[in-house]
Amino acid sequence: MFYQCFEIEGKDFGNAGNVSTQIKEILQEIGIDPPIIRRAAIAAYEAEMNVVMYADRGKLILSLTPRKLHFKVEDEGPGIEDIDLAMQEGYSTATEEMREMGFGAGMGLPNIKKNADQFDISSTVGKGTLLNIVFFLDQKKK
Amino acid sequence: MTLREIKEILQAEIIYGDDHLEDKIEFAGASDLMSDVLAFGKPGILLLTGLTNAQSVRTADIIEAKAIVYVRGKVPDKEAVEMAKNKGIPILSSKHMMYKACGLLYSHGLLGVSEI
Repeated sequence: MFYQCFEIEGKDFGNAGNVSTQIKEILQEIGIDPPIIRRAAIAAYEAEMNVVMYADRGKLILSLTPRKLHFKVEDEGPGIEDIDLAMQEGYSTATEEMREMGFGAGMGLPNIKKNADQFDISSTVGKGTLLNIVFFLDQKKK
Repeated sequence: MTLREIKEILQAEIIYGDDHLEDKIEFAGASDLMSDVLAFGKPGILLLTGLTNAQSVRTADIIEAKAIVYVRGKVPDKEAVEMAKNKGIPILSSKHMMYKACGLLYSHGLLGVSEI
């Protein structure tokens, strides 16, 4: 079992994406199947950008067993009022600054869900959001 | 189509990646929205974008893009260029606007990512 925790700083646009790049490199070193690495890297990147854009701070905990790769992404921040709405493609509460970064198109959470084998999200307004993103290593999705 | 042909068709400058000019590229996609790129990108894609910050290169790396073309004469910022060098992703800049750059490449036979 491999386990690593990455801290993500909210509003730190300069370093946004560093964690996902590190994760991709780690998964490549371990020798995970490239199509799974790709899906995992996309999901990690979107999740990381969400923490940077919306939360005060957060962490991404990577755990890897022979059968599955799990990202737990937990943040402290405003939370999400209406999760169903946030899951809709195109719905976004992004600011101009976020859009200038090329993000905030309302595709983040749907992209994560699309790439994951299992995905769940829970959020408490005023406290933060928790994502569980799972990839199965012993099967190809779709 | 080689990156050299793409460079010529788009009358583009190469900012980084002289060694990659003979690389073959089969298809392309264009967007300024990185989440869209993450949603439609496929390994080997040529990414055309007007977004010049480091996120454009990071996104290209995540989706395993072959190269990036910045349109409308835009030049990526220093951080983006450094990252492209580290990741070995060639980057070009074309004076053409997005629509024309895509049209030129398509009319020369470079397929869109959705056709792959």
